[in-house]
Amino acid sequence: MADPHIDVRYVANLARINLTDEEVTRYGSQLEEIMGYIEKLSEVDIEGIEPTAHAYALVNRVREDVPVESLPPSGLLQNAPDQANGQLRVPKVVDA
Amino acid sequence: MSLSASSLTTLRRQLTSGETSAREIVEDVIAQVSSRDTEVGAFLSFDPEAALAEADQADLSLPLGGLPIGIKDNINVAGQPCTCASQFLKGAYTAPYDATAITHLRAAGAIPFGRTNLDEFAMGSSTENSALQTTQNPAAPGHIPGGSSGGSAAAVAADLIPATLGSDTGGSIRQPASHCGVVGLKPSYGRVSRYGLVAFGSSLDQIGPLTRTVEDAALLLNALAGHDPRDSTSLTNPVPDYTAGIEDGVSGMKLGLPREYFTDGISPLVRERVESAAKTLEGLGAELVEISLPHTEYAVGTYYIIAPAEASSNLSRFDGVRYGNRSENPAEMLSLYKDSREAGFGPEVKRRIILGTYVLSSGYYDAYYLRAQKVRTLIRRDFEQAFEAVDAILTPVAPEPAPKMGDASGDPLKHYLADIFTLSANLAGNCGISVPLEPVGGLPVGLQILGPHLGEQTILRCARAVEASRQS
Repeated sequence: MADPHIDVRYVANLARINLTDEEVTRYGSQLEEIMGYIEKLSEVDIEGIEPTAHAYALVNRVREDVPVESLPPSGLLQNAPDQANGQLRVPKVVDA
Repeated sequence: MSLSASSLTTLRRQLTSGETSAREIVEDVIAQVSSRDTEVGAFLSFDPEAALAEADQADLSLPLGGLPIGIKDNINVAGQPCTCASQFLKGAYTAPYDATAITHLRAAGAIPFGRTNLDEFAMGSSTENSALQTTQNPAAPGHIPGGSSGGSAAAVAADLIPATLGSDTGGSIRQPASHCGVVGLKPSYGRVSRYGLVAFGSSLDQIGPLTRTVEDAALLLNALAGHDPRDSTSLTNPVPDYTAGIEDGVSGMKLGLPREYFTDGISPLVRERVESAAKTLEGLGAELVEISLPHTEYAVGTYYIIAPAEASSNLSRFDGVRYGNRSENPAEMLSLYKDSREAGFGPEVKRRIILGTYVLSSGYYDAYYLRAQKVRTLIRRDFEQAFEAVDAILTPVAPEPAPKMGDASGDPLKHYLADIFTLSANLAGNCGISVPLEPVGGLPVGLQILGPHLGEQTILRCARAVEASRQS
C-alpha cells in the first residue's frame, strides 16, 4: 500500500478547503494515525475478488422518456446566496 | 402518561375511538418540546403553526393519520430548514421540496414535526459534532446520546414525541437507539428511497424509524418502504405488511452468534446482557448457532475508506454557489469555494473530506479505494454465507454503554473503532435493528439483530420477542 504520509495542504486544495497552519498540523497527525490503522487492509488476499460498488447489484433502471414536473426556477433559486436576472451570480470567471 | 410519551399504536387506537384528537396530540408535543427540550436539546427547530394546521386537516382513516413524527435535520421537508447541524446551511436554506420518505409519511397521514439534532452532515456517533447544539442523553444526562441520529433518539427517549426518522450510514440509527433505550431500525439498502436525504455515503445510506416499540417501527416502515423512480437504487420488491406476524415468536428460528463480535473489546456487562438476551430467545424456542464472520476485523478500515471517499464527492455540492452560506466579497471563484467551505464546515467534516479526497487522489485510488471495495465483497460474502445457516444474527450494538460527553474528543480513531458492530450491515446492505435490554448501571444497552437483505420481517419478529420477554 501507499506511503501513509499525507500532504494535507495539497489534498485540502484538491478538496477546495482552506486550512490554517494549526489545522494542517492537527489533521496531518490524526490522518496519519487513521491511515496507519487502515494499512491493516493490506493483509487481505484480494486476488481475483470483484469490487463491490453497491451493496446489492442493481442494473440501471431508466424511466419513460416523458417530461415530468420539476421545481420551477424560483424554487431552484430560492436558496441562492446571490442571483440576478433569474440566474446564479458568481465572481467573474473568464476575462473578456 | 402524556400523549407524547405514548406509542404510535396506542395513539392510533385513541384517535380511532375518539378519546383524543390529532390537535390534542400535536399540542401536547409542542408543550413537551417547549417546556422540556431546553434540558435535552433534541430539536434544532420546530414550526408549531404548520404542525397544528396539518393536525386540523389530518385524515384519521389513514394508517398514520394525525400522528406527529420528528425528522432528522438532514431530510428535506418543504418549507422547513434543513441545516444538517452545519453552519454551512444554518439560516441559509429552506427546503424547496419534500424528501420521498416525507411524501410517503404524508400519504399515510403522518405530520412531520420539527427538526432533530445530529452530528454535522451525519458524520459522527455522539452528536457532539453538531455545529449548532448539544444533545443530552435523556437516560443519563452528561452522557452522549449516541449519533449521528442523536436528536431523533433523545426526542423519543425523553418522551417529547412518539417517533422520529433518522438516517444510518454506519450505525447512525441503531447506535443512538441503543444508547438512549429506544428501538431503531435500519432497513435493507434500497428498501427506503433516499431522495431528499442529504447524501453522505451513497452506497451505505438508509432512512429508518426510531420508536418506542417494535410494532411502531414496523408501522412506520410500512409507510416508508417502496420504490421511488427518483432514487435509482430503490428496490421494486413488493412491500409486505411489516406489522403482520411480529407476534409469531422465535420458535424454530436459527440465531447466529458471531464469535468475532464477542471479544475482549467489549464491556463485560454489555456482553452479559447480550448473551442473556440470546439465552432468553433460546428459552423461547430459538436455536443458537455459533457462526464466524472472518473479515470482521477489516470492516472499520474498509468503511473509513469508502464512507469518506463518497462523502468527499457528495459534499462537493456545498460550494457556496447554489445554496448555503457564501464567504463575504469573494475575489474570484476559487476563493469563493475555499473560503465558503473553510467557514461552513466543522472539524470532523473537514477531516473526512480530506481523508476521502486523499484515498481517491491520483496514485492512491487502487491502493485504498479499489482495495476497500474488494474487501467489502469479502465482508458481504461472510454475511451471505452466514445467512445460509441462520435466520438472523445477534450482536452488541456498541462495545460500551453511552460514554460521558467529551470522552473521545481529539481522538477520532477511537470514535471510529466504536462503530465496529454496526457498520458491517451498511457495507453488506443488510437490515438491522436495535432493541432495548436491561440497562447497565442506569445506562441503556441495546441488542442488535441483523437480518439478510430484505429480512425485515424476521428481525422485527425477533425484536418483538425480546421486547415481550421484558414486559412479561
